[in-house]
Amino acid sequence: MADLSYNFAGIKSPNPFWLASAPPTDKEYNVVRAFEAGWGGVVWKTLGEDPPVVNVSSRYGAVQLNGQRMMGFSNIELITDRPLDVNLEEIARVKKNWPDRAVVVSLMVPCEEEPWKRILRKVEDTGADGVELNFGCPHGMSERGMGSAVGQVPEYVEMVTRWCKEHSDLPVIVKLTPNITDIRTAARAAVRGGADAVSLINTINSIVSVDLDVMAPTPIVDGKGAHGGYCGPAVKPIALNMVAEIARDPECRGIPVSGIGGIANWRDGAEFMALGCGSVQVCTAAMHYGFRIVDDMITGLSNWMDEKGYRSIDDFRSMAVPNVANWNELNMNYDIKARINQDSCIKCGLCHITCEDTSHQAITATRVEGARLYEVVDKECVGCNLCMLACPVDNCITMERVDKDKPYMNWNQDPRNPFSTAAE
Amino acid sequence: MVFQGHEAAIFAPLFSNMNMGVRVMSDIAAGRLSGEELAENFADIHPPLDAKSAHIEASRCYFCYDAPCMEACPTGIDIPSFIRKISTDNVRGSAIDILEENIMGGACARVCPTEVLCEGACVRTAQEGKPVTIGALQRFATDWLMEKGEQPFTRAAKTGKKVAIIGAGPAGLSAAHRLSQLGHDCEVFEALPKSGGLNEYGIADYKVVDNFAQKEVEFILGLGGITVHHGKKLGQELALGTLRNDFDAVFIGSGQGAVQALALEGENIEGVFNAVDYIADLRQTPDKSKLPIGRRVVVIGGGSTAIDIAVKSKRLGAEDVTIVYRRGAEAMSATDVEQKFAQTNGVKIKHWMQPVGIMSDNGAVSAVEFEYTKQGPDGKLIGSGEKTTIEADMLFKAIGQLFVPDPVSGTAAQLELKHGKIAVDDSYATSLEGVYAGGDCIDGNVGLTVAAVQDGKKAALAINDYLAKK
Repeated sequence: MADLSYNFAGIKSPNPFWLASAPPTDKEYNVVRAFEAGWGGVVWKTLGEDPPVVNVSSRYGAVQLNGQRMMGFSNIELITDRPLDVNLEEIARVKKNWPDRAVVVSLMVPCEEEPWKRILRKVEDTGADGVELNFGCPHGMSERGMGSAVGQVPEYVEMVTRWCKEHSDLPVIVKLTPNITDIRTAARAAVRGGADAVSLINTINSIVSVDLDVMAPTPIVDGKGAHGGYCGPAVKPIALNMVAEIARDPECRGIPVSGIGGIANWRDGAEFMALGCGSVQVCTAAMHYGFRIVDDMITGLSNWMDEKGYRSIDDFRSMAVPNVANWNELNMNYDIKARINQDSCIKCGLCHITCEDTSHQAITATRVEGARLYEVVDKECVGCNLCMLACPVDNCITMERVDKDKPYMNWNQDPRNPFSTAAE
Repeated sequence: MVFQGHEAAIFAPLFSNMNMGVRVMSDIAAGRLSGEELAENFADIHPPLDAKSAHIEASRCYFCYDAPCMEACPTGIDIPSFIRKISTDNVRGSAIDILEENIMGGACARVCPTEVLCEGACVRTAQEGKPVTIGALQRFATDWLMEKGEQPFTRAAKTGKKVAIIGAGPAGLSAAHRLSQLGHDCEVFEALPKSGGLNEYGIADYKVVDNFAQKEVEFILGLGGITVHHGKKLGQELALGTLRNDFDAVFIGSGQGAVQALALEGENIEGVFNAVDYIADLRQTPDKSKLPIGRRVVVIGGGSTAIDIAVKSKRLGAEDVTIVYRRGAEAMSATDVEQKFAQTNGVKIKHWMQPVGIMSDNGAVSAVEFEYTKQGPDGKLIGSGEKTTIEADMLFKAIGQLFVPDPVSGTAAQLELKHGKIAVDDSYATSLEGVYAGGDCIDGNVGLTVAAVQDGKKAALAINDYLAKK
């Protein structure tokens, strides 16, 4: 049996699956239910200074795709709207009752040293395992000079991180906003400020839909809507890229990363771990199905690790990082062609029409004694994968490697590149 | 030998045969089931999809290029297009896609044997044995439009041309609708009191509930330019020669007026019925408890009519219902799905048996004698000489319908026939100039509503060309 326990920047948890700072971790009641279900840790919903914020009614919106609900999810909720003391008391009790689970507290106070110092002391008193600095919330709080308003200014990120490290012994995780041009600038600032870890991504600025009857963005609050924070399965590719950017950045080398963004099952989690993450955080999937999804996450990851012979998370963590390359490092001599397995072809014609209309006219459509036949024209096929991706039958279209005995040659070495560094 | 006409009147004397206690000679009775049971048995067998289910089902469509389903549809509906429009909530656009090609898209959604047409050809059938339920989606879209009470089509400027249409069934109404759209005025002549043809008189109740056939007729006539005259039968109140003189063109969509006979002694005795006649009565009787049905029912035949009458008998409360077919299951013209539907309704299907005698008791059928059959070396059916008997209070003949040539061929204007039906060329033109035909009455028609609609549509286009040149 694989060992799923993980020590993330000094924060220990029996498995790497944490609930992200969000509504599911707003109260003792929810967190206890999560721990009962098996979650390895939680990041408690962001605490701020009293008086607590006030939330609006109508807070969430979602993108649905082909009958699948909540492919993308958006919220305009603020940080916790409960008094600070109530949260702190509950955090202390939960940590006391669940000593083996990770209890990290998310924080967001004004960008001044004193408020950070004050709140850190109070959190330390609860016995919590660490803090996560919420520099990412893109709505409501950012307009008050907090959240992503801090996260978008590297100097602020560094400054606040440094204050936290100075005023507390707790591990400090800096949560990064994706609403930024280059995620590495914020991550580097966190590293310079002494952060013990970073977590990403926070939600993305978004309007999930426009109600064409009301003529307003959703979720609608009395006829109007504000931009929200986007998350859920739809954002996973964006999160993976940002995680990879940090993982292979020399200035961020070795910084523990907690992955967040569309993680709904063990496989999603494993992908984030392959790109360097030590723990992963989940919210939307839990808000869709409830806490019991963690059972599949734990057993699925464990079974896959056993199958692969990985005994611990670190056995496979970061293994995909060296294979994340820059485009100009790719082998220009690599050549693949589409191959259609005529026995499994169901004659939907999508390979033909996508290639014919939108790509390289490399798949012909003919009839042989009335029967449809789709065939690849090797000469025209550039190996783009489009037909394989459009084909609804698994493994009906595969890509076959056809370059033979050609050496590795990247774009920098390619004679077709006007700026080539090739010898000739 | 051919029997014609409606034999409903036969019911009356049967009631006197009811006999309690001792051996029942002919146990035929009405009201075998309670009103609730009958209501349930004759309710919609495929309840409509709700919007959510329709969206999910529509999302299963791959939006194929050169889609096999489209090719399998006799009316050539752009199926991927109408399904995609359901998935985007463009239901009006979806319905129009369907109705532009098939004005009876609503009826066809309910009665088409989709398992051998669009759904049989669906690539998901090849992939996973579970086609997109195209029929149910088509019903969703067309119901939506018809419930809006909207007439989505308009008539072109009037041409001043008049077309006579014989028969207000699927072929005739389809032709009338298309001709009216093209600006021609149409007068439809129908022998029966209601329009709709087999949609009204032949299709099983549980496939077309809530008076759907009449609603569809109203929808089609809602275009305008079409007048229907009832009680007008070709060869009786109508003469083809007169119609040719009075109208610019004539379309014949009169269907088949007769049923095949068994050619057995006793075929006319009490308790022996033509299935199509009984089905017509059943459709026109709102109170099913008034319909007499035998305790033991035998149906002879292998097509949709045999399945329909057998299932209906069962649903009216018959105890034992047996379909007997002279060849194997694969040779039945009823589809696999239809055969299974009968079987799950408690109907027994016996194969390789042909009727050789009708036994009677007091002038009413009491049993049917069958001879076991087999296929000879030349593929022809041969009797084995071995015999068996199945007891029956009612015997239904469902071995096919026949076109009655007399009304059209017997007039001064002679129509050429082929295989006993009206011969037409590729443009549905008959041997008489200006006279076109389609639906079940023409040679080569497969006997489906959807095929009749296509015939009507194509013939209308040909008539339009003819009128333009005239």
